[in-house]
Amino acid sequence: MIAIIDYGCGNLGSIKNMIRKIGGEAVITSNIDEIRQAKKIILPGVGSFDTGMNNLKKSGFIDILNEKAFNEKVPFLGICLGMQLMTKGSEEGSEPGLAWFDAETIKFKFEKSSVNKIPNMGWKHVYQKKESAYLKEMYPEPRFYFVHSYYVKSNKPEDVLTTSTYGTEYVSGFEKGNLCGVQFHPEKSHKFGMKLFTNFLSI
Amino acid sequence: METPRIIPILLLKGTGLYKTLKFKEPKYIGDPLNAVKIFNDKEVDELIILDITASLENKKPNYELLYQMAGECFMPLGYGGAVSSIEEIRKLISMGIEKVSINSNAVKLDFIREAADVFGSSTIVVSMDVKKNFWGKYEVYTKSGTSNTKMEASKFAVEINKAGAGELLVNSIDRDGVMQGYDLDLIKSISGEIDIPLIACGGAGELNHFKQAVNAGASAAAAGSMFVFHGKHRAVLISYPEQSEINALFR
Repeated sequence: MIAIIDYGCGNLGSIKNMIRKIGGEAVITSNIDEIRQAKKIILPGVGSFDTGMNNLKKSGFIDILNEKAFNEKVPFLGICLGMQLMTKGSEEGSEPGLAWFDAETIKFKFEKSSVNKIPNMGWKHVYQKKESAYLKEMYPEPRFYFVHSYYVKSNKPEDVLTTSTYGTEYVSGFEKGNLCGVQFHPEKSHKFGMKLFTNFLSI
Repeated sequence: METPRIIPILLLKGTGLYKTLKFKEPKYIGDPLNAVKIFNDKEVDELIILDITASLENKKPNYELLYQMAGECFMPLGYGGAVSSIEEIRKLISMGIEKVSINSNAVKLDFIREAADVFGSSTIVVSMDVKKNFWGKYEVYTKSGTSNTKMEASKFAVEINKAGAGELLVNSIDRDGVMQGYDLDLIKSISGEIDIPLIACGGAGELNHFKQAVNAGASAAAAGSMFVFHGKHRAVLISYPEQSEINALFR
């Protein structure tokens, strides 16, 4: 069973919709016992970094998520803010992140006259930087839907799964062992997202 | 190369899909759920659904129908129409709608501020219906284009930007359904004043119009008639350009 962690941040219904569409089974849960049973975990998230971290703490999820990620080593996918929470911290807030990756979350900075507006909202190409089960047999020229004002900067090149470009080239996916984070929204990215989730189901 | 978003906008009236001309003469298009499925199959960049009578008739959003639609959309989905409270936004989001568009209630800047604060800016879109007055000034209308706020469009856009909206949908009432091109002056007058993405709407009739809108400063281009009508007799036919056509357009 896949647990989609409900900590009050984000659009969980669409992730469940897509997993159901491809024949998988997922539950949206904020129940620690249910999370404990999970064979795979998705940490979604939309909203601000500190709200996300504080909600994880308030819900009492930090310990169980660490346990699942590092003791049980279940496949663990962070999406959007869920990816950013896996970094050490964000310019958006003052709370420390989960620090699962040696990476930081940084704000896009553009001149007002720039054609690049914030948030970065839309479809962007994703360039694969290493082999990964998540991107197995991916369709050519994969494009995913992004909505974000902050991006991840990784201090470990070997963790970088994909990069994308918005004014600057940034890390749009990272992966280390059983842990993976993507900045884009596979649940809103048509066949590309379905392929990624199909791969996630078969990991 | 990245291409801007090309977004079909579907108008809901009761449980049917309609398309208007200058916000009037709603013409029946078909079943909304069926249309959403077709657009999903065509892998559209994004889809926006606007209920054009809910606010006027003091109704709530049609949650039942929207829930069904959201289940068929594997791309970003926006909804607007009679969104007046934080609880309504919460309910819409929980169903799988990621962008909630506020129009008539956008004049209450505190509501925009609160909504952006609770759900994050990227969830909150302000949709602004604009009409040029006799003296050439762009004025903002609410209530499906029936109520003139007398506010100047670019000034209002700046306020909306400051209040925390994540995106601005600018809809030209004069160009709605006309299919002769966007009001580029309107797009220019607003896009230079804001730092959030602007979605241009109203007037698209051919692919090149999208490029004109983007060149005028729009981050994304939306259209209604162009994606639901075919030919000069406006026969109903749902269409959407191939990604290769969009790539070629913006090359």
